[in-house]
Amino acid sequence: MLSFHLSALQVVIPLLAAPLCAIFRGPRISWLIALAVGLACAVNSLAILNQVNTSGEIIYALGGWAAPWGIEYRIDSANAFILLIISFIYLVGIFYARDSIKAEVPEHSRCWLYTAWILCFSGLSGITVSGDVFNVFVFLEVSSLSTYILISFGKDRRCLTAALRYLIMGTIAATFYLIGIGFLYALTGTLNMADLAERLPGLASQNTVAVAFGFVVLGLAIKMALFPLHAWLPNAYAYAPNAVTAFLAGTATKAAVYVFMRLAFAIFPDDFFSDLTSTHVIVLAAGIISAILTSAIAIFQDDLKRLFAWSSIGQIGYIAVGLGLASSAGVAASFLHLFNHALMKTAIFMAIGGLFITTGSTTIAALENAGRRMPWTMAAILIGGFSLIGVPFTTGFISKWYLVSAALEQNHWWLAGLILIGSLVTAAYVWKIVEIAYFRKNPDTQIVRQEAPLSLLIPTWVLVTANIYFGIDAQFTGSTATLAATAITGITP
Amino acid sequence: MSATTVQFYCLIAPLMAVVLIATLGRVVPKLYETINASVAIVTFLLVLSVYNSMGEAPVARLVLFEPFAGVAIALQAEPLGMLFALMASFLWIVTSIYSYGYMRGHGETNLARFNIFFAIAISSAMGVALAANGFTLFLFYEALTLSTFPLVTHAGTEKAKRAGRIYLFLLLGTSVGFLLFALIWTWKLTGTLDFQAGGVFDSDIGTTTLNALLILYVFGIGKAALMPFHRWLPTAMVAPTPVSALLHAVAVVKAGVFAILKVCVYIFGIDLLGELEIHRYLAYVAAFTIFATAIIALRKDNLKARLAYSTIGQLSYIVLGALVANAAGVVGGGMHMLMHGFGKITLFFGAGAILVAAHKTEISQMRGIGRRMPITMSAFFIGCVAIIGAPPTGGMWSKWNLLLGTVHSSDWLLVAALIVGSLLSAAYLLPIAVRAFYLPDDGGSTKIKEAPVTILIAMMISAGGCVVLFFAPDFAFDLMQMLVH
Amino acid sequence: MEGLGIVNYWIVVALMMTGLYVVMTANNFVKKIIGLNIFQSSVFILYISIAKVSGGTAPILTSEAEIYSNPLPHVLILTAIVVGVATTALGLALIVRIRSAFGTVDDHEVQDVARD
Repeated sequence: MLSFHLSALQVVIPLLAAPLCAIFRGPRISWLIALAVGLACAVNSLAILNQVNTSGEIIYALGGWAAPWGIEYRIDSANAFILLIISFIYLVGIFYARDSIKAEVPEHSRCWLYTAWILCFSGLSGITVSGDVFNVFVFLEVSSLSTYILISFGKDRRCLTAALRYLIMGTIAATFYLIGIGFLYALTGTLNMADLAERLPGLASQNTVAVAFGFVVLGLAIKMALFPLHAWLPNAYAYAPNAVTAFLAGTATKAAVYVFMRLAFAIFPDDFFSDLTSTHVIVLAAGIISAILTSAIAIFQDDLKRLFAWSSIGQIGYIAVGLGLASSAGVAASFLHLFNHALMKTAIFMAIGGLFITTGSTTIAALENAGRRMPWTMAAILIGGFSLIGVPFTTGFISKWYLVSAALEQNHWWLAGLILIGSLVTAAYVWKIVEIAYFRKNPDTQIVRQEAPLSLLIPTWVLVTANIYFGIDAQFTGSTATLAATAITGITP
Repeated sequence: MSATTVQFYCLIAPLMAVVLIATLGRVVPKLYETINASVAIVTFLLVLSVYNSMGEAPVARLVLFEPFAGVAIALQAEPLGMLFALMASFLWIVTSIYSYGYMRGHGETNLARFNIFFAIAISSAMGVALAANGFTLFLFYEALTLSTFPLVTHAGTEKAKRAGRIYLFLLLGTSVGFLLFALIWTWKLTGTLDFQAGGVFDSDIGTTTLNALLILYVFGIGKAALMPFHRWLPTAMVAPTPVSALLHAVAVVKAGVFAILKVCVYIFGIDLLGELEIHRYLAYVAAFTIFATAIIALRKDNLKARLAYSTIGQLSYIVLGALVANAAGVVGGGMHMLMHGFGKITLFFGAGAILVAAHKTEISQMRGIGRRMPITMSAFFIGCVAIIGAPPTGGMWSKWNLLLGTVHSSDWLLVAALIVGSLLSAAYLLPIAVRAFYLPDDGGSTKIKEAPVTILIAMMISAGGCVVLFFAPDFAFDLMQMLVH
Repeated sequence: MEGLGIVNYWIVVALMMTGLYVVMTANNFVKKIIGLNIFQSSVFILYISIAKVSGGTAPILTSEAEIYSNPLPHVLILTAIVVGVATTALGLALIVRIRSAFGTVDDHEVQDVARD
């Protein structure tokens, strides 16, 4: 019986747990609740993936109201995979948060932080499992509102303006999305994804569909920080508490990417994204420009968090390139990079959090001699950085491999070349960090071992280990990404 | 223990040194070189056992991981790889003996880090040598680049760091930008990256594509230092001498030309290569590199810089041998890989010995130094002869086969380049020895002041190797014959 | 009532543009939030206009009416309004804290203060 409700539980558990934090108010109990939610949902998401892979798509009618009237949750290989990513990053993130948050957020507001965090997780899960486009909007706002709150807990006062700016951009994005699905509803009379997918092909030639598509794409592009609509991201990531940045980097933009994939490839008619409107060219161009340009901007940053925030925009660019290829292989590459990027970037931001706890700073200058003072923390940043470049034996290499072969499949050799050039630009900013941490000799300073506390190192290294493991044995991630792409596009790559 | 699994131990053995240095070495820092030398001997014996079993039957493929379907990290010993592995592991022993004297004599610091990365680099070189497919080759090729970076910047000075940046930028840039691209493209076209005798390409693939691929491969393998991607090699000479000697005369650069030979023989196949128009033009690039670097070497006064440019030129001999696309060329290329390894390491050892004993780096200061360091300079002289390719050194055989290869290609421009190149190498190497032995010393002192004894032993072994290879080149020749037939 | 539909949509467009313009150009954070509200309201009106069925009446079951307007968009917009109110509340709360942290609610002045 319980297994039948799995998909609903993924949203309901955090939704019910969030008020508990607000009721108990203790920072410790809030953290425990958040952790319990993480454990339950991580197990749950594994069970869902297992069920989807063995017995196919899960369809769940909320409250027993069957689809066109009620809201439906629909999980196939694609969202089961995304759900798995979000749940596990959340779990590791919460585990990490306890000591990291303790150092940054005053005691009386910690329970509110955890409340917002659990709500955010609930919203992200909801976006992923929902089979109803309006329901997606609601969850999008649930997750966004709680994200604004999470960012405003930062130590630096500039987190407030960052949160407000993100609020404005995020609301515009969500409203664009709302306009888009409004047009779709006016045209088809349904908000259910499966119904839309059935009815839209007959209407593909109507301008309304194209306009709706435009609004939806624009809204989601802002949410996923696709260049040039990325302006909200660097400050939001730079000023949020470290644990929050780590969590957001792995999850927030990913949910938007998923919705984008679902809409572009599964709901709108075949070839609508590519041949009929040629939108894919825009996404492809934005993606590859972003991958190179924002990585180049990252080189000139002095603050590590901001540097890696810019790098995140670049990595979203690679994901967009996979989408812009508008092929099953491209979507598979994007899925794979979603997963891999979540692993590497979360680990990096966690290690930066460790650096902050020991040195009180996240500037690049604070890294001087870090290679000796905190070898484990620094090694985590290093391996994460290598993975961003795409060095062999890390997940980043596997991502690049899939992406380049997807580009070559369509004979876009120039694109393959640009992707690889992007790697070199990435190498430049990673190398900047390496040189300061390992090769800058300062004979005057005494080298004191000051490693980050174990409670921060363990979750960081769990992710780093996963990063290397999936870089060597990509069978699981590769095949899951391929299945996900098949579920979304209907074509086996 | 079957040869198949021993291949894997060849990779693991050097890593043993890492563990030992990190644990035992921390307690007794004096043990570093002893650990390295003993591990090097173990590695060499392991490689030797694989080599011996190869005479009986081909060694089976050993799959370590399969990251994704159809692309595996796999090892398989074949003649060319065996030659490379034998040479690298043997010269590692010699280099560790040399390091005893050099690193301490020269007062280097950070020895633990130095020795650890050195061992990792050797392990990567073994991986390159034994790789069963292009994917594995690429992985270890990159590992080799990254693990040698800390060695290049070992001095920690601004100059060393700048050299490190150029080193990384050129090697990573070419390998990621061209080589990886070419590999993925090949994989998309053929569905495999396995090294197969006769090549992997079907006949229905267009010549334009194949031409483009060959260019990508040849320039993508930046470690072969073909012009215009050669700049990293001279700048990397800021590294301590054992690094220059083993890595930049043997392991790293030879990994580059080795990869080119592998691609020509096992990805394209000699026959297909011969049909592609572009191989001729790429051979001209190699010929130009031979000529140009010889001219530059003539004008360099710094000994290590002269040797570095000489290395670039000699590497192009091997690339040229691969690109003339006939059996003799490939045999010559493979053998030159070995002969040049022994010759050049002797020369670098000599440069280091002079630095340690006489504190001199410029050739113009080395007048009469032969009288004060007779053993060093005699070995140095033998090294020069080996590079030039004159008897009684093994260098003669490889140059002979290379010449045969170019003659078979009946492209007289290439033949001329080869001969002129050899003459020029005599012109830039011999004066060093002549100056050392025949010109009077500035200071007038003729007291013998040799380098530390371990340095001399190492030099005698490597110089002796050059001579032995003149009388016993059979094993290398047989291996190469196995390769081309 | 063909005309009404068209007038509605023109109003939607006008409000939407006004709202976006205010959000983009206003320097005062409070004004930005007001602009955001206008922008959102335009979408609410869009949905409500879509729901109108010509000749239909309010969707309450009576014996007199045959045709009803579509009630679903009303429900949707009710949700969207709640979301909008929450956004506004959060935005204003942030502005209150910005005021206490920087001493101003003007975008440029905040940037100046932050730089010092």
